[in-house]
Amino acid sequence: MIDNHITSHPILVIPERIPIDFYWNDEPFTSFEGEPISSALLANGIRVFGHHHKDGAPLGIFCANGQCAQCMVVADNKPVKACVEPIRHGMKIFPMDGLPRLPQVDTHHMTFDPQEVSTPVLIIGGGPAGLSAAIELAGQGIPTLLVDDKPRLGGKLVLQTHRFFGSTEAVYAGTRGIDIAARLEQQTRSMEPITIWTQSTAIAVYSDKRVGVMRGDDYVLVTPEIILIATGAREKSLAFPGNTLPGVYGAGAFQTLVNRDLVRPAKKVFIVGGGNVGLIAGYHALQAGIEVVGLVEALPECGGYRVHRDKLARLGVPILESHTVVSANGSESVESITITEVDTHFQIIQGTQKTFACDTILIAVGLSPIDEFYQKAMAYGIPAYIAGDAEEIAEASAAIFSGKITGRQIVTAYIGNKVAIPDDWYITSERLRSKPGRTYPLYDVDIRDGVFPVIHCRQEIPCDPCVGLCSKNLIQLTGPDILSVPKFISPDASCIGCGQCVIGCPGLAITLVDSRKDTDFPTVTIPYEFERESLHPGDRVVVTDAGGAVLGVTNVIKVLSNSRNNHTNLIQVKAPRDDAAKIAGVQIIDPSSTPHLDPMDNRRDDDEIICRCERVTINAIREKICQGYTDLNEIKAITRAGMGACGSKTCNPLIMKLLSEAGIGKDKITDGTIRPLFIEIPLGKFAPDHMGDLDA
Amino acid sequence: MPDHYSNNTYDVIVIGAGSIGCPTALALAKVGLRVLVLDQYPSVGQGSNKKAIGGIRATHSDAAKISLCQRSIEIFSTWKEEYGDEIEWVRGGYCFVAYHESEKNKLKTLLDVQKRFHLNIDWLPKEGLLELIPDLNPTGLLGGTYSPDDGSASPLLAIHAFYRQSIALGVAYHFRQTVTALTIDNGRITGVQTETDQFSAPIVVNAAGAWSGRLNAMTGESIPVMPDSHESGVTEAVERFFFPMIVDIAPHPGSANIYFYQHHTGQIFFCMTPDPNIWGFDCEETSSFLPMVSKRMISLMPKLKNIRVRRTWRGLYPMTPDGAPFIGWSNKIEGLFYAVGMCGQGFMLGPGVGELIARVITRQADLQDGKILDLLSPYRAFAGQEQLK
Repeated sequence: MIDNHITSHPILVIPERIPIDFYWNDEPFTSFEGEPISSALLANGIRVFGHHHKDGAPLGIFCANGQCAQCMVVADNKPVKACVEPIRHGMKIFPMDGLPRLPQVDTHHMTFDPQEVSTPVLIIGGGPAGLSAAIELAGQGIPTLLVDDKPRLGGKLVLQTHRFFGSTEAVYAGTRGIDIAARLEQQTRSMEPITIWTQSTAIAVYSDKRVGVMRGDDYVLVTPEIILIATGAREKSLAFPGNTLPGVYGAGAFQTLVNRDLVRPAKKVFIVGGGNVGLIAGYHALQAGIEVVGLVEALPECGGYRVHRDKLARLGVPILESHTVVSANGSESVESITITEVDTHFQIIQGTQKTFACDTILIAVGLSPIDEFYQKAMAYGIPAYIAGDAEEIAEASAAIFSGKITGRQIVTAYIGNKVAIPDDWYITSERLRSKPGRTYPLYDVDIRDGVFPVIHCRQEIPCDPCVGLCSKNLIQLTGPDILSVPKFISPDASCIGCGQCVIGCPGLAITLVDSRKDTDFPTVTIPYEFERESLHPGDRVVVTDAGGAVLGVTNVIKVLSNSRNNHTNLIQVKAPRDDAAKIAGVQIIDPSSTPHLDPMDNRRDDDEIICRCERVTINAIREKICQGYTDLNEIKAITRAGMGACGSKTCNPLIMKLLSEAGIGKDKITDGTIRPLFIEIPLGKFAPDHMGDLDA
Repeated sequence: MPDHYSNNTYDVIVIGAGSIGCPTALALAKVGLRVLVLDQYPSVGQGSNKKAIGGIRATHSDAAKISLCQRSIEIFSTWKEEYGDEIEWVRGGYCFVAYHESEKNKLKTLLDVQKRFHLNIDWLPKEGLLELIPDLNPTGLLGGTYSPDDGSASPLLAIHAFYRQSIALGVAYHFRQTVTALTIDNGRITGVQTETDQFSAPIVVNAAGAWSGRLNAMTGESIPVMPDSHESGVTEAVERFFFPMIVDIAPHPGSANIYFYQHHTGQIFFCMTPDPNIWGFDCEETSSFLPMVSKRMISLMPKLKNIRVRRTWRGLYPMTPDGAPFIGWSNKIEGLFYAVGMCGQGFMLGPGVGELIARVITRQADLQDGKILDLLSPYRAFAGQEQLK
């Protein structure tokens, strides 16, 4: 029997889970109490959740975030979204094949009006920005209601198992995202003026200045004096043949399944997009024991941090720059991916297509801000603020700062007196939002006697934990600000080889070379964030340089782990004196292990989908664009693109892109009108047959 | 192309590319006229057409609307056969339900009038109604009217069908054109002025719906059209479980009628008439709509409590004092034709009205048309009040 639950993980602590039985198509399966149905199904190797009522296309997990309706199943006779509905013992689940049938109900009961509350400040979104703002507001004693749709606070931080970049002083750099989330959550929960509603989704900002919130099962109308939108971002989609096959989904959705739900939804993933999200998702996949077959990036160089890229490359993941996806292939779900090389104009270079076997394709082609509520609040005259990714896409560390600053701005607006915002907050915030700067070539490190760190970090990024970690102050930034690369300054023999810099570097870009015992074959200490048991002294490993180029094969001497190191293990290898300073990592997968397959053509016809809710193809949209349609409302009216469950969240950016590719200027394009509801809500929730309990 | 058609000169200018303007343009083009349609929005049907939920019925309470909508139904129901475009016409019927004696009496009184116009409508007792709509709440149900020949179509697809067919017949459409003045020479209309252009035609049809008041003000005529907003919504698609448009005319706190039907796609479209009316152009969503409409819908059909609401919106009903449209020539400006004040029924009236206008403009109107024009005259005395708004 397949069990794709993650039972051990190098970083995440696996909680006690209660096994339950459920039925899929009348067949018995087991899973864990309370996990989303989708994860229970994926853990049992079930990837196809139903078939679309329009064309019978197979459907599976897509957003893993309750936003779309691709994962609908029928659970105990009720059509539900598998990614949000918790599984229960004995549940009978069936695929959603075609349209759902509404269940019979008893005749109606007495109905009540929604509950109403008011609050000085309402924050929508309990991620890094929302929590940081709430802390500032509560610090000034301003009653604040914070709503978040997830059971845990922290937003996307709860999916981030890696150590964070940024500045140690300002934003907990060097700490893992999951731990930052826990800290922010704890602090927020301890502050009296903050009322927290988790599992509470804001569904509309109305023109009468009320905000509709589904608090669990209760619909509540909140009237805020000031509103802060900290709703983060959503993943952009990509159009290519086979793009809606089960197994194609966002890198963020993947992180949810792996790091939150602790399931292994894939055996072999292929990643499209070399920004930080794609690179990190690849790393998380490897940590969860999932093979990463490769990563394509259409640009000549990955856009993400060099350290993220290099980390993946060192582990043996082929990173194919100037490459893009051609198609996802498979009949009911992904069986392979076809990729191609592209020129600098992103045009396919004929004859360079390759097909690789994989069961999952992660799309990581950027994020778009979720700012609809902000637009509505502004239009309706509610004093509104916006922070974090909802305002501008950046790293979580930047979102923390953006939240802090916005929090203080709201304090000023609320109490009417200016509350000081330190100048350096703005400066730090600006720095944290910086895109990577210059990349320097790998410089030669002179091998020296004694022990010393080798810093393989070679790109300007906002990061400085290494500086603070050296108790001898031997690591310094080479320039005036946090963007500059760090450097080991070397008064002779003052490094004591404590290894703190090796452990704490978020980029895993520092090694320690120790020639004290053996000058010809120094010991190299390398950070290793995989399970300790996966390597043993004596194992033969392939060692690589910082960029992933193979240097040779050597023996593992020791694997060191220490609970104080927060799951970063250290491995020690011996290397010839000339190579020792070049070694930056060990491969865990053999990049040549996945041979490419013969080109496949087992795709469905006409399967390059723009609107996945309504199954509108790229050709249907292009035809309208060619006919001169440039009003998204009109394109929607005649093609139905955007009329589906997700409310055009997925197709809108794709249609915009097609219009732009057709050479239509922004001034000629009319964007679609955004209307409530943010997500679909059963009619009965607006006319409840019970009075909800509003105690916080 | 004859020379006199160039230089922005047309036979007829229609103001408003909406539920009335597009079928009117098509009807005018069919009789060989050179037509220009102007609209303030970037594309067709972006005013009130796209806000309509698609109900089409001939079962009104006055002769003019009954006759116009009967013709509309003929056009909608044969459209696909004739032109090939899918407009999602479904002959699902209309049911006005009664849970109180007062509605029962009102509906039965109207039934006599409607039968006099030979409408296919009848009273169904409780059992008959439940046979037709098994999920209707049986508690307290007294019965209702059923008119099987009424139905629904997609306003979005239908207007595009009229639009495309009219373009094929040479109609010109200019969008993002707000009319700033009517050009009048010696009491005779000669064209219109927009923010950017000047267009000429001896005949101008005001089909500007909720926005027609602005144009009326330009002529100094008092053609009282006041927009009033109604809120609507649509659900997810589910397996078909009923066909007719269900209308409940019982008054409730905050609302007059509600009506809903299951669309071709399986989605349920619903709409509510606020009570009292909300006058003005405000079309932004309100927090009171969903709680109010949900209560009433679930109370009529308990099964609906589990259907997911997908989207809501608000649209404008261009109202007239007596609930009937204004169709006819201006008495003051020669060549100016009014086709305004459809009171929220522009979509169902449109095709019938369009053909009527074409007949009037080409002087082909018959006796029956004359009767309709009398009833809908912009200068009539507002005596009665439409019973089934």
